[in-house]
Amino acid sequence: MENQTRPSRRKLVLLLLLVPLVAVLVPEFYNFAQPSIGGMPFFYWWQLLWIAGVAVCVGVVYLVMRRAR
Amino acid sequence: MIPPFNGLEFGIVAGMFAVVAVLGFMATRWRRGTSLASVEEWGLGGRRFGTAVTWFLIGGDLYTAYTFVAVPALLFGTGAAGFFAVPYTIAVFPLVMFAAARMWSVCHEHGYATSAEFVRGRHGSPVLALLVAITGIVATMPYIALQLTGIKAVIETMGIGGDWPLWIAFVVLAVYTFTSGLRAPALVAFVKDILIFVMVLVAVIYIPYKLGGYNVIFHGAQSALAAKGYSTLLSGSQYLGYTTLALGSALALFLYPHAVTGVLASRSRDVVKKNMSLLPAYSLMLGFIALLGYMALAAHVKPVGGTAAKPDTTTIVPVLFNSEFPHWFAGLAFGAIVIGALVPAAIMAIGAANTFARDIYKPYIRPNASEREEGLVSQLASVILKLGAVGVIVGLKLTFALEFQLIGGVVVIQILPSVVLGLYTRWYHRWALVAGWIVGMGLSVYMLYITPSATATHFGSASFALSSWGIDTKMTIWTGIVGVVANLVVATGLTPLLARLPRGRDETSPGDYLEAEAPPMPFGPGPAVGRT
Repeated sequence: MENQTRPSRRKLVLLLLLVPLVAVLVPEFYNFAQPSIGGMPFFYWWQLLWIAGVAVCVGVVYLVMRRAR
Repeated sequence: MIPPFNGLEFGIVAGMFAVVAVLGFMATRWRRGTSLASVEEWGLGGRRFGTAVTWFLIGGDLYTAYTFVAVPALLFGTGAAGFFAVPYTIAVFPLVMFAAARMWSVCHEHGYATSAEFVRGRHGSPVLALLVAITGIVATMPYIALQLTGIKAVIETMGIGGDWPLWIAFVVLAVYTFTSGLRAPALVAFVKDILIFVMVLVAVIYIPYKLGGYNVIFHGAQSALAAKGYSTLLSGSQYLGYTTLALGSALALFLYPHAVTGVLASRSRDVVKKNMSLLPAYSLMLGFIALLGYMALAAHVKPVGGTAAKPDTTTIVPVLFNSEFPHWFAGLAFGAIVIGALVPAAIMAIGAANTFARDIYKPYIRPNASEREEGLVSQLASVILKLGAVGVIVGLKLTFALEFQLIGGVVVIQILPSVVLGLYTRWYHRWALVAGWIVGMGLSVYMLYITPSATATHFGSASFALSSWGIDTKMTIWTGIVGVVANLVVATGLTPLLARLPRGRDETSPGDYLEAEAPPMPFGPGPAVGRT
């Protein structure tokens, strides 16, 4: 099957790599105690959550770029 | 203060060590090539590791025993700022994903085993390559020494006086690494990581259950930290330091020779890229290990060892395990920490030894060295590096080594322009890169020199107080970032000015950085060939 996506649009997926960087490197976004989950302040669970986030973002980029070949 | 000797724990740790030593020697036979006597086979495992082995190898390499004891100790001592390890190990993967893939391709194409070798080929500059090689080795040496602090923390907690267990552990490690090369830590990494995953899983469920939940833990930690003037949240003046430390450490991580070794030992470019989305699993583990620091605060753990004024806080995790777990499980966890120190120490020594053999011995001492001789030099260098590390820890003051490690990242990031920018562009002039390195390194070392700590007047910390430059603020910045920015400014500014000086010969071509997949393997999903 022919892949219809143009290469330039496919490269937009690279922006996904920026999302986790901004999410964890700007403490202004997450340096709060509330809302907490199960006693864990927002500061901690937000950053722990982005470990899964980065795995997904990098994984999606990997899969999209591999199909592009 | 030395706690009472615990025979059960010691027996379990010694038994686990013996199993690992046998595995290390057996690794000689694992996926063996024609001969082990070359940097390719001994130092890179024949560049044949697939996705799973690479995952264990790089994971075992980057998330070290030192991390496991030092990061919780940091949260124990200073609160939220210590959690920088989590954004650091998140940011690293999007940042290095494509650079690591390009690095793999060009090194595979030209048979480079180290980043200094790549720099020599790319920029045609033996001087720049030598600087890169020395930077890598210098940054790695204290890192190897620090792996011992993990073992030392466990030994102290088990109530053993003296340094003889350190010597035994490192001599055995040196011998099996000498014979088996990179295959030994790759094989042992399986055992290490499975043990550590189990240990962490149990610890983050069982200890909060015993202490009364995460609510109690964070409240207990907050009140203990508040007494020392710290908090479980950052203060406004800590933001810049937190961000630059996390970002800078992420940029520095894959510049270490041992990280490059892990990447180059993999079978294909695809394996490298795929691993960038699989490796964060280790970060999750690290995040929970970090929280052990707060659990120790909430459980009122008292560190053992060190002096009364400055207790050895790296012992808090072993002491916490000792007080919360039954002894047999604490013994297993201690064994995991000890093995967790041996794997990265071996890979670091191999990475630095490869760099010595390929980038110092061959070009400068014996240009006619055969592959076999080069391999032997690398083997011997790895032994010397490891025994030197024990000597440093036993002989010198431990605090000195700890401060030295802080400098490691600051030092190694100075090769970023030559290595990483070199992967993308040939615009930079080789002498401009040399000048950038000199300025960046000089500025960083000066900044480190004027930074005091509680116990020392110089080289106290890698967090530089901006008030030292007369700026009226309590903010700090990670020294390495300032150094590498200066480095880049100099390299960029000088490149047009040096246009008349001859450029080095570039032996790579643009295509070398792109694909060069390995031939399809008989098992496992190969590269995506034949798709339309």
